[in-house]
Amino acid sequence: MTDMPDTTLTPDPSHVAEGHPSSDDAAGYYTPGTPLTDTKAPGGPIADRWQTRKFEARLVNPANRRKLDVIIVGTGLAGASAAATMGEAGYNVKSFCYQDSPRRAHSIAAQGGINAAKNYKEDGDSAHRLFYDTVKGGDYRSRESNVYRLAEVSVNIIDQCVAQGVPFAREYGGLLDNRSFGGVQVSRTFYARGQTGQQLLIGAYQALERQVAAGTVETFTRHEMLELIVVDDGDGPRARGIIVRDMVTGEIETHLADVVVLASGGYGNVFFLSTNAMGCNVTAAWRAHRKGAYMANPCYTQIHPTCIPVTGSHQSKLTLMSESLRNDGRIWVPKKKEDCDKDPRSIAEEDRDYFLERIYPSFGNLVPRDIASRAAKYMCDEGRGVGPEVDGVRRGVYLDFQDAIARLGKEGVEEKYDNLLDMYERITGENPYEVPMRIYPAVHYVMGGLWVDYDLQSTIPGLFVTGEANFSDHGANRLGASALMQGLADGYFVLPHTIRDYLADAPFEKIPEDHPAVVEAKQAVTERIEHFLTVNGTRSVDSYHRELGNIMWEYCGMERTEDGLKKAIDLIRSLKDDFYRNVKVLGTADSLNQSLEKAGRVADFFELGELMCIDALNRRESCGGHFRAESQTEDGEALRHDDQFAYVAAWEFAGEKPVLHKEELTYTAIEMKQRSYK
Amino acid sequence: MKLTLNIWRQTDANDAGAMHTYQVDDVSPDMSFLEMLDVLNEDLNAKDEEPIAFDSDCREGICGMCSLMINGEPHGPEVTTTCQLHMRSFKDGDTITIEPWRASAFPVLKDLCVDRSAFDRIIQAGGYISVNTGSAPEAHSVPVPRDDAMRAFNVATCIGCGACVAACPNGSASLFMGAKITHLGELPQGQPERDSRVTNMVAQHDHEGFGGCTNIGECAAACPKEIPLDVISQLNKDLRTAIKHGH
Ligand SMILES: Cc1cc2nc3c(=O)[nH]c(=O)nc-3n(C[C@H](O)[C@H](O)[C@H](O)COP(=O)(O)OP(=O)(O)OC[C@H]3O[C@@H](n4cnc5c(N)ncnc54)[C@H](O)[C@@H]3O)c2cc1C
Ligand code: SF4
Ligand code: FES
Repeated sequence: MTDMPDTTLTPDPSHVAEGHPSSDDAAGYYTPGTPLTDTKAPGGPIADRWQTRKFEARLVNPANRRKLDVIIVGTGLAGASAAATMGEAGYNVKSFCYQDSPRRAHSIAAQGGINAAKNYKEDGDSAHRLFYDTVKGGDYRSRESNVYRLAEVSVNIIDQCVAQGVPFAREYGGLLDNRSFGGVQVSRTFYARGQTGQQLLIGAYQALERQVAAGTVETFTRHEMLELIVVDDGDGPRARGIIVRDMVTGEIETHLADVVVLASGGYGNVFFLSTNAMGCNVTAAWRAHRKGAYMANPCYTQIHPTCIPVTGSHQSKLTLMSESLRNDGRIWVPKKKEDCDKDPRSIAEEDRDYFLERIYPSFGNLVPRDIASRAAKYMCDEGRGVGPEVDGVRRGVYLDFQDAIARLGKEGVEEKYDNLLDMYERITGENPYEVPMRIYPAVHYVMGGLWVDYDLQSTIPGLFVTGEANFSDHGANRLGASALMQGLADGYFVLPHTIRDYLADAPFEKIPEDHPAVVEAKQAVTERIEHFLTVNGTRSVDSYHRELGNIMWEYCGMERTEDGLKKAIDLIRSLKDDFYRNVKVLGTADSLNQSLEKAGRVADFFELGELMCIDALNRRESCGGHFRAESQTEDGEALRHDDQFAYVAAWEFAGEKPVLHKEELTYTAIEMKQRSYK
Repeated sequence: MKLTLNIWRQTDANDAGAMHTYQVDDVSPDMSFLEMLDVLNEDLNAKDEEPIAFDSDCREGICGMCSLMINGEPHGPEVTTTCQLHMRSFKDGDTITIEPWRASAFPVLKDLCVDRSAFDRIIQAGGYISVNTGSAPEAHSVPVPRDDAMRAFNVATCIGCGACVAACPNGSASLFMGAKITHLGELPQGQPERDSRVTNMVAQHDHEGFGGCTNIGECAAACPKEIPLDVISQLNKDLRTAIKHGH
């Protein structure tokens, strides 16, 4: 989205104070816990905090580093960059991924670009402005010190990637090109056509492979982490290793280390259908959660408005169409229900409802992702959706390029959107130059994740979390092109500095493989696998996953209500019981067994889904991607309640009744405001 | 539509493997090829037959994980990846043969999954630019002519799928390797290691058991990302120069 005027309004006090009973919707579903007060962020002016922390973080003598073992789970931008950098520094790194090569991590699929406050366009950008945009975009639900640091190191990322040979788009003069993206007024997005994630990941992957050759990093592909090892030998618990399954031989392996880093990505696949890759999962994070790592804001989900709609019950995933299409395409549905199954070209101009332009005259088709998504849902709920009926409803709206073709010519449109429109045609079999495209929102990204402090350390000492797997930087909504930035910032420039403070006390005492904590973790994994293989029920893992996804999408998707969420929790609990009693997983434990892999992931999605609903139930306000129907303005816009909910909800695992720890959010460098896009 | 599928089944690397025949009814033209296999797998599971193992992850044509030989063609009849192939490319009543990539450097792990870790080892041998984190100069200190950057980008889009190897009668990975050599060789940052890169990568390639290139061109025809054959000429040119320089 380009050139959005800044229409942030000062909050209208009547809105902020009104309309919310101070009821505790989630009462009975959780136990209140102690607040989280120490985030380890240094004090002082926000612009100096990172320098202070880097200086104060203790150093590790280079000669000692090779004696220190570091486990990194994940080879996406967050994991590969960390593994390469830690390897270069001389640590002994083990890197894990479930794909057959580190290069295939889901980061590869990111299209649009990566933000950095380089201010190459001299359009007034700065670290402070990027910080401001990110906090505002996140609807004032992120931790300001972390966001400032992200903005600050963003410039180094571009230097690093260029030096690695990442072929960013360039201008004729040979300098880097930028585009504007995601509802901001400056051009700060660096890109490599529609394949930015691919190019950045290949840069990080090559740096990682270079360290493999140098002997500092060892890679374990087709290895899935199934348990975290936490050892308490008197000086408190520490993360000391992981249990993994070799996905080819089925062997259950123990890997021990001085520190464990999770860079295992996001959990959008809890919805079954999402734009995530098939294997994206929550298992690594969830296993850590069960061992004591708090899960923060799990209900914050980003739903992207421009994806290709579902075509039938066979659908396995959804494909994103870059939101840049909204710059020139116009979104509409028929005014009359009777027109919904007609050829769109035969529907007269006056019978079309360009609903975003109608409801949001100043932003029109360029309103932020959450607003565009919800509006499309309402149109379809009203029965004015288009495309094939799936389960009795048409879930699609038109994205029409006819006006753009008239204005720019077919070539003009081709030049700007060539590969996207081709991809659309390949998937749908329809030519978007002739027939309007059909789009519908889909789950795309999760802002929630494991809670981390300023050092990116979780509530388990020695367990660090980076990238989409942590919760830290995007608040309740992420701006476009900021996930790639965060992954690389965490891995190249933040973690390597903060982790050394922890490692300054290492090496820790060697753990024998027969240590009770190791034996117990390993046994838990084997028993779980054994269970899945012996239930011998009647339903496939996928069928359960699909049903769970439907529940999540229906009740914990674009719009959430108290009743709906309570219903969802009941449905999930009974489906989960049925899953454990009636799932059917064929094959053996000691071979490549994809159903078995999926069974473990779906089991964890059940527990996560339940927590997401509890989190959403507790948060009786609307903010960013989280929309509670009970908390809206008179004209249907999201309404925050800063007086009650300006906190991070960090959940401690405790079976069915999790414990809620609140981290108050205070802003010293920015003022909280209510969004408006009318 | 209704289809007959002849699919390679193999329990593990040591098993001899064999073709099996399956029927699928009710295939919609809107399904992707892999969704059609998902449906078959659901069906097999219901009948207590172990589902067919095949690789995929992004299902968007970008991660390079999917890898099926469809009617003798890597990724099937269209210029795209297996996961982006849709059933509308087939007709009711068709018989489709599905096999794993066949190449001695890509051993079969199970059914349709193969081991492509040899590609990672070729990259380890030199497919990178040596620059430690934090030591990079300011990005604008070295302008790169737009055309060079574009050429580098075009070949950097290789997804490492291995279709080129599967298509080649010699089982050569020259197209994959040439794409990397050309990507890094087009950029000023890639110059210092240009000679060692090509010699080390080629040595690793041969060591892994990939065959030599005899200019047949099947690789480029099969490549879902349309990596052009001339990256192999570039590879050979770079190799000659490196040898001349004493590498
Ligand atoms: C279609 C699409 C387009 C996007 N476009 C953009 C964009 O233009 N700009 C932007 O900024 N962001 C974009 N995003 C978001 C962004 O791509 C992701 O948030 C980001 O890449 C996540 O990186 P990551 O390193 O945290 O995780 P991932 O890249 O998801 O990597 C996760 C890693 O963890 C491993 N792993 C996971 N679980 C286990 C386990 N149990 N055991 C072992 N290994 C495990 C995986 O193998 C993988 O290596 C997009 C996302 C999607 C889906
Ligand atoms: S060159 Fe083409 S066919 Fe070969 S690995 Fe790369 S993308 Fe696949
Ligand atoms: S599954 Fe990723 S390219 Fe096909």
